[in-house]
Amino acid sequence: MNEQQQSLWGFMSQQADKLGVQTLQHIGLTFISLFIAVLIGLPLGIYITRKKSLSGLVLGIAGILQTIPSIALLGFMIPLLGIGAKPAIVALLLYALLPIIRNTYTGITGVDATVKEAAVAMGMSKWQVLFKVELPLAMPVILAGIRTATVINVGVATLASYIAAGGLGEFIFGGISLNNTNMILAGAIPAALLAIIFDFLLSLVQKLNFKKIKGAVKIAPVALLILSCLYFIPSAYGSKLTAGFTPEFMGRQDGNLGLQSKYGLKIHTIVISDAVMYKAAQEKELDVISGYSTDGRLKAYDLIVLDDDKKIFPPYYAAPVVREDALRKFPELEKTLNLLSGFITDSIMTELNYKTDYLHQSPERVAKDFLVAKKLYRADKGGKAGVVRIGSKIFGEQYILASMYTMLIKGYTNYDVATKTGLGGTKIVFDALTNDQIDFYPEYTGTGLLAILQAPPKTVTQLQVSKDSTYNYVAREFEKRYQLKWLKPIGFNNAYALMMREKQAKELHIKTISNLKRYLDSK
Amino acid sequence: MIKVEQLVKAFGATKAVDGISFEVAEGETLALLGTSGCGKTTTLKMLNRLIEPDSGSIAINGKNILEENPETLRRGIGYVLQNNGLFPHYTVAENIAIVPQLLKWDKAKTDKRINELLEKLHLSKEYLNAYPSELSGGQQQRIGLARALIADPPVLLMDEPFGALDNVTRSKIHSEFKVLDELKRKTIILVTHDVQEAFELAGRIALMDKGKIVQIGTPAELLFNPANDFVSDFLQEQRLQLEFKAIKITDLWEHLPKGSRKTNTSSLSAESDFWTVLEQFRFIKGENLNILNQQNKEVKTITFEALMAAYSQYKNLQPHE
Repeated sequence: MNEQQQSLWGFMSQQADKLGVQTLQHIGLTFISLFIAVLIGLPLGIYITRKKSLSGLVLGIAGILQTIPSIALLGFMIPLLGIGAKPAIVALLLYALLPIIRNTYTGITGVDATVKEAAVAMGMSKWQVLFKVELPLAMPVILAGIRTATVINVGVATLASYIAAGGLGEFIFGGISLNNTNMILAGAIPAALLAIIFDFLLSLVQKLNFKKIKGAVKIAPVALLILSCLYFIPSAYGSKLTAGFTPEFMGRQDGNLGLQSKYGLKIHTIVISDAVMYKAAQEKELDVISGYSTDGRLKAYDLIVLDDDKKIFPPYYAAPVVREDALRKFPELEKTLNLLSGFITDSIMTELNYKTDYLHQSPERVAKDFLVAKKLYRADKGGKAGVVRIGSKIFGEQYILASMYTMLIKGYTNYDVATKTGLGGTKIVFDALTNDQIDFYPEYTGTGLLAILQAPPKTVTQLQVSKDSTYNYVAREFEKRYQLKWLKPIGFNNAYALMMREKQAKELHIKTISNLKRYLDSK
Repeated sequence: MIKVEQLVKAFGATKAVDGISFEVAEGETLALLGTSGCGKTTTLKMLNRLIEPDSGSIAINGKNILEENPETLRRGIGYVLQNNGLFPHYTVAENIAIVPQLLKWDKAKTDKRINELLEKLHLSKEYLNAYPSELSGGQQQRIGLARALIADPPVLLMDEPFGALDNVTRSKIHSEFKVLDELKRKTIILVTHDVQEAFELAGRIALMDKGKIVQIGTPAELLFNPANDFVSDFLQEQRLQLEFKAIKITDLWEHLPKGSRKTNTSSLSAESDFWTVLEQFRFIKGENLNILNQQNKEVKTITFEALMAAYSQYKNLQPHE
């Protein structure tokens, strides 16, 4: 326990810079959106006290906005406003609207009717009644609304990191994808503290008596503005290009940490979710992104992969992993599966993924078209000499490979095939294989090395030099530990990669990550 | 001073005020008396246009108020509310200074006037920086009155001004109210459901029911010459006390024995009502009171028995219902 605390403290002091930036961004996001929400919500709340017939409608709409799940709301914002601070602020302000409008409405309608009548009867104009009587008397209730909105915003602002708006969510979600508890806590604890502190400070303001509130209300907009500006401090320093990395990539040695230590790459980086990253790159909001080298979106969005000339990304060559007893049971299997070896390069795999992901062709059709084109396709022999069980993970590339293997086995051998595709993540499909539920599935060398064998860092560093050394290592270890055999690699490497828009990369003459660094360092 | 003609106000299907007309002379106090829902408050609020009439006319000093700017109009009319309507977020001083602030008085003038009023209303200056919630109900009501009087408006509208006070405080404020010189010059319209209050404070009473004035006249006229059963029934319960308050010693003057004795005690005015004089008796054996009739400068020295005898003679001469 003590060790845990120390290492959390260690992590926080080690990442103090980042933590500071994220905290400032978090406060900034919270208060920019709060400020705008007050600017909109307060007049709107006042307006519906004058036009009561609209109050149900306005409060209803604000209420519905409140019920939209935050992730979904952020998602809706992307097509409208792109990524970054703008959509995050809009989403946050939409959440802050309901408590502000409702409390303004409740506060003002709750002002003693006798007092309002007295104000009118004294000869005050309607604006004087509003500013001298209704607003000051409603202020404690309005402040309570602003307080609620602040706490909501501090919470929702953690999600802003999904769309590259920064904030403490970068640590929280990075930590979740890396299974790094310290990282999660380094984001979650400051976020919770911010909520508690702001709630406490606003409760103090709320408790002030009328006299002091007059002063506090004048200071409030200034304070809000100052807090809002915190967001812009970190982004004041930038670089020529902007990178967008997933939270997972940010925290990995074979990710951003490696880019910094091995390449010395210094680039203005924002954290963004995988789902919107490619699109943002295409729309020139990001220049460099992290991704997978055979992702179909590479082709869809005209991106190219930068050559990893210092080899920080471990190779993820795909190859079928087969049970040894299955190889004995189906003597022709190995030969058949190896037919595919060497045919599929990175760009071909990207193309095939593009066809399923973007042209929405079925994996079977894509597999058949490919085999026919390569003259590998043979008609189904309708064999009855046993059933080979094929597994696959739950994404497009694996479905295509499984289909190809099915066709090859049926065309070249007398075996029949049963497919068990869509077996979730690595752990599920690997367990299915070791427990004799399937005979083989396509696996990647990097996954085998890091996720299944969980090789020590030292070994990993040694192996990263070439694709063969990794392949040889996993093949040897799988055989030894699990009696599983890695067949010949299919050819493509689905590894982490840095990507840029093809056009921009050509203009800037950037082909490798070292080129990118040189460009960034040049004045 | 104030002339109201054929005033009508309907809320939905119900006519809250149904064709009311009356006049109030300068310096006079008129009470609008009636049960809740009779339209008395609606009538009052139309006078400073808190409620806009559907039809009819209201003139103050010959000017049609419906053509005036409502805010300017209201700044020239004092208004006292039942629950005082003080601003809870303003100090006493700020509350009183609301209208001067709207009229853009300078601070010295406002302060001078506030001090003057505080003195007249028997309020200590130490309250000036207090908030209304720190004061008692009676004090709050006095502040409410000060706020209405600060700009010395010729017209004062009072909506159940003492309704929220307990009996002891109310009668104390009643007696202060009657002697306050600030109020003697003002034309006052007072809304109340309290018969006693109307009889005590008003020169004339308009008894209202269902949006109409049933009878308008002096307290004595309503008591002794009721227009119909509604009026007499309305007053029935407190009749004796009302009569004591409605009858002035001048009304009994001819029935009181002549002759005066020189005593050192000061004399009461014959303008006092019967009730006030009764209150002066301490019921000591052989007690006398001197009463001065201003009209003919005559002084009469009377005993309790003589006073009661005069009362019963006076009553016998009144028409019976």
